[in-house]
Amino acid sequence: MEVINIQGTDDTPNVILDKDNNKFEISGRSLPEDVNMFYEPIMNWIDGYSEAPNEKTEFNFKLEYFNTASSKIILDILLKFEEIVENGNDVTIKWHYHEEEEDMLEAGEEYADIVEIPFEYEAYTD
Amino acid sequence: MGNSQENHSFLDFAYQLYRTMKTNEISLVYEGEVTQEITKTFTSLTEKSLAKSEESNAVQRKVFNVMVECLQNISKHADSLSDEDENERRGIVMVSRGDDCYNIITGNVIKNEKVPGLRENLEQVNSLDKKGLSELYKTQMRDGRISDKGGAGLGLIDIAKKTGSELTYQFKKISDEVSFFILTSTIRRNN
Repeated sequence: MEVINIQGTDDTPNVILDKDNNKFEISGRSLPEDVNMFYEPIMNWIDGYSEAPNEKTEFNFKLEYFNTASSKIILDILLKFEEIVENGNDVTIKWHYHEEEEDMLEAGEEYADIVEIPFEYEAYTD
Repeated sequence: MGNSQENHSFLDFAYQLYRTMKTNEISLVYEGEVTQEITKTFTSLTEKSLAKSEESNAVQRKVFNVMVECLQNISKHADSLSDEDENERRGIVMVSRGDDCYNIITGNVIKNEKVPGLRENLEQVNSLDKKGLSELYKTQMRDGRISDKGGAGLGLIDIAKKTGSELTYQFKKISDEVSFFILTSTIRRNN
C-alpha cells in the first residue's frame, strides 16, 4: 500500500500512514479551512487499509490542538477503525496529551466512550 | 480649516480609543474580514504575546482554542449589512485581560431570521453543566454532519466546555433584516 506522509503546517497536522512499517500517526495541529478536503485522502487510505489491515494496529494521536470540525472527522476515522475491530482485528488507539492539557485528555476519553476500541493514554511534557 | 478640525477630532478619537484599550487591558482588536489567514495571524499573535507573559500553559491553550472557534464562527456564519458583499464575512474581535480572567469578545452581523435558532442554542448550552455539555458534544459529533460551510455545529458547546463559564451574548437590532450579535467568552485565570 502507498505511504501517506504529510508534513504539518500551522493549521494542518502531520500525518503518517504506513502499513508496511506499521506506523499510523496524526500529530500537531488541526484547524484546516476545509476539513473535508484535507482529510479526504486520509479517509480513502483508511478505507483501503480496512480491506486488508495488519494483524495489530496501533494508531497514535498526538494532537496539540484540533478545532471542532476536525473533532468530527477524528470520530469518523475512529469509527472506521471500530469496523476493523469488529472484523476481528487488533486495534489500539494511543492517545497522547500534554500533561498540562486536561482538555486533550478529556477529548480522548470522550472518544473512548463513543467507539468500541481500546484506548491507551500517554502524557508527554515539553 | 475644516480639514484640520477633522484631523484634530480624529486624533482625539485615536487617543481616546488608545486610553479605553489601556484601561480595559484590551490587548488585541480587529475589525474586518475574517478569513483563515486572519485566523492564523490572530492566533499566532495571541500565542506569542501570551508566551511572553507569565500565563500558565493551560490558560494559554484555552485562550488559543476559544479564539479559533470564535474566529471560525465568524468566518462561517457572519452575514453582511448589504447584499452586495454577501460573501464577505466580517466581524470584530477583541481580547481583554482582567485580573482574574481573559475575555474574548466577538461581534458580527447576523440575519434576523437566524436569531431565534442561535438564541436557542446559546440558552441550551448555558443550561448545561460540564457533564451535560460533554454528552451534548458527543451526541452532536455522532449525529451531526459537516455543513457546506465546514462547520460541525460544535463551536459554542466547545467554548462553554473549555471555559467552564456561561456564554454572555447580546443581539442588537440594526434593521428589519439584520442584527449585531455579540458574544463574550470568559476564561478564568486561576482555576
